[in-house]
Amino acid sequence: MAPALLWLTALMVVPCGLILALGFFRRGLYGGIDYTFTLENFALIIDPLYAGIFLTSARIAGLATLIAVVIGYAAAYAIAAAPRHRQPLLLFLAVLPFWSNYLIRTYAWIVLLNREGLITQALRMLGYEGEPPSMLYTEGAVITGLVYNYLPFVILACYAPLARLNPELAEASRDLGASAFTTFRRVILPMTLPGIAAGAVFVFVLSVGNFITPALLGGGRFQMMGNLIYAQFLTANDWPFGAAISMVLIAIMMGLLTLQAIAAEKGAGERREGANG
Amino acid sequence: MTQQNPHFRLLLAGVAATGLAAAGPASAELVISNWDGYMAPDAVTAFTSETGEAAEMVVHATNEEIMGKLIASGGAGYDVVFVSSPFAEVLHNLDLLEPIDAGKVPNLVNLFPEAAALPHDPGNTFSVPYAWGTTGLCYRSDLVSPEPTSWNDLLHPAEAQVGKVTLLGTDRWLLAAGLLAHGLSVNETDQAKLDEVEADLIEAKKTMLAFDDTTFYSKLVSGEATLVHAWDGWCNYGIAENPAIKFMIPSEGSDLWVDTMVVMKASGNKDGAFKFINYILDAKNHAWAAENILYKVPNKPAMESLSPDMAATYPNMGMAPADLVALEQLRDVGEASRAYAKAVSAIKAAQ
Repeated sequence: MAPALLWLTALMVVPCGLILALGFFRRGLYGGIDYTFTLENFALIIDPLYAGIFLTSARIAGLATLIAVVIGYAAAYAIAAAPRHRQPLLLFLAVLPFWSNYLIRTYAWIVLLNREGLITQALRMLGYEGEPPSMLYTEGAVITGLVYNYLPFVILACYAPLARLNPELAEASRDLGASAFTTFRRVILPMTLPGIAAGAVFVFVLSVGNFITPALLGGGRFQMMGNLIYAQFLTANDWPFGAAISMVLIAIMMGLLTLQAIAAEKGAGERREGANG
Repeated sequence: MTQQNPHFRLLLAGVAATGLAAAGPASAELVISNWDGYMAPDAVTAFTSETGEAAEMVVHATNEEIMGKLIASGGAGYDVVFVSSPFAEVLHNLDLLEPIDAGKVPNLVNLFPEAAALPHDPGNTFSVPYAWGTTGLCYRSDLVSPEPTSWNDLLHPAEAQVGKVTLLGTDRWLLAAGLLAHGLSVNETDQAKLDEVEADLIEAKKTMLAFDDTTFYSKLVSGEATLVHAWDGWCNYGIAENPAIKFMIPSEGSDLWVDTMVVMKASGNKDGAFKFINYILDAKNHAWAAENILYKVPNKPAMESLSPDMAATYPNMGMAPADLVALEQLRDVGEASRAYAKAVSAIKAAQ
């Protein structure tokens, strides 16, 4: 326990504490830090401009989460329903994209979606002669990139409870007269909710702080929290403001992770009770 | 900076010192920080074999990245650093730069007279220019007609170009496009004028494809874009692949950017640092940048040594220094840089 605690303190608590502290100082004239106490960095967050960026991030991350959960849950369901000996291979294929770098996977979407990209070329080969569709540098492209990159997390998170699910429960439900849809809604879905919650929190937390995907697939036309933080640290050289936004983002993520942990704990408790009762 | 708490400064110094002790390079070894690929790959080894000075090259991706490190450590750990002139001004204002000892850099005579009289540092007292150029419009002359003449052709393009223009996304240049279109200075600090330009650039977002600082020339080559906001040297990379690509400076004028070499006051081997700058200013060594990265260098014999084919293929390489310095140099805007950053955030966030 002690080494783990030490590791956590040195690599997590101290750096986060330093960032938090940084948020209460002023930016020096030349980008350094002026060590006078101020609350203005945190006050700036409610400025309509920055609050708007936060809402945009939340909307984009929320949509990406919703889509990833729907597709990911369906994929996990299909994998769990496949013959048992084939499931490891299917899971392996689902996580295979993780073997290549995030940036490369994102660039691959640029190759596909750009105006002179593979999709346009394929359309032309099929005889399409009009103006190519605008797919890249749209909100849709950003959401696609986020969904694609984080989908495996949802599949893995949802697969675990689905694979553990006792098939006799669904059979019992059917025997008692429930339709397939009711069985799914009243039996399967509630029992796999902790997996959905875990997958959803993963996608949302990773998406809301993402800066690469909006920069590359959004062409810089969409500013998310991650881009704003990146800009404060790397172009505006306003570390205190960057630190303040980071802390807000971390607080939101911690809140969500805590809620998810509580839900998981509650779910586990219910399962235990169910097993005992 | 003035009200800095000494305890924090001590803490930072302690952290910096620990970092140095851990890194532990030989005491007199020169550390040179430059952008990756911005000088000959063998420049450091050739310099060492010519002068006997041990040197190590490290890279930074952006001015801001190296500035963060230099400001945090007070310049310790670096000897020669390549930064753009507004950042050299900042380092000078922070008193982190060693004055250039002209006696130890005899090759300074190779600089064009214009390069020794730049507004940010007349007489090269704390910085030595390495490369210079301007920003303008880079376009497919076979696809854009009539040819562009004004910054407004980029910000408010003709119907055929809608959705096919890109803008630089970096604070100073993005705003410069708008400032110049409004007939303002590229170093404007008046908030009302910045607001006016911000609104115009938000409007320009509706007709553009994307903000692009790194791949705009390949978008031109593929035809994904037809008219882009570009640095002269980077437009040359497009011209190299498609001769129909041209570069022009809009009628409202443009900026003059200068990348410089500076010597840190904290350097433990200033003589070695000056030797390195002198080595780079050698006509043959300095010509490398012009020949290989297609940037203009402010070195007279180096530019004169270039093959005439170069200016024929890349007309902007033949631009006279007098024409270049007639453009307004980008300067440090001090406190207004915060307003610049906020305007850029607002432009990028606008839907």
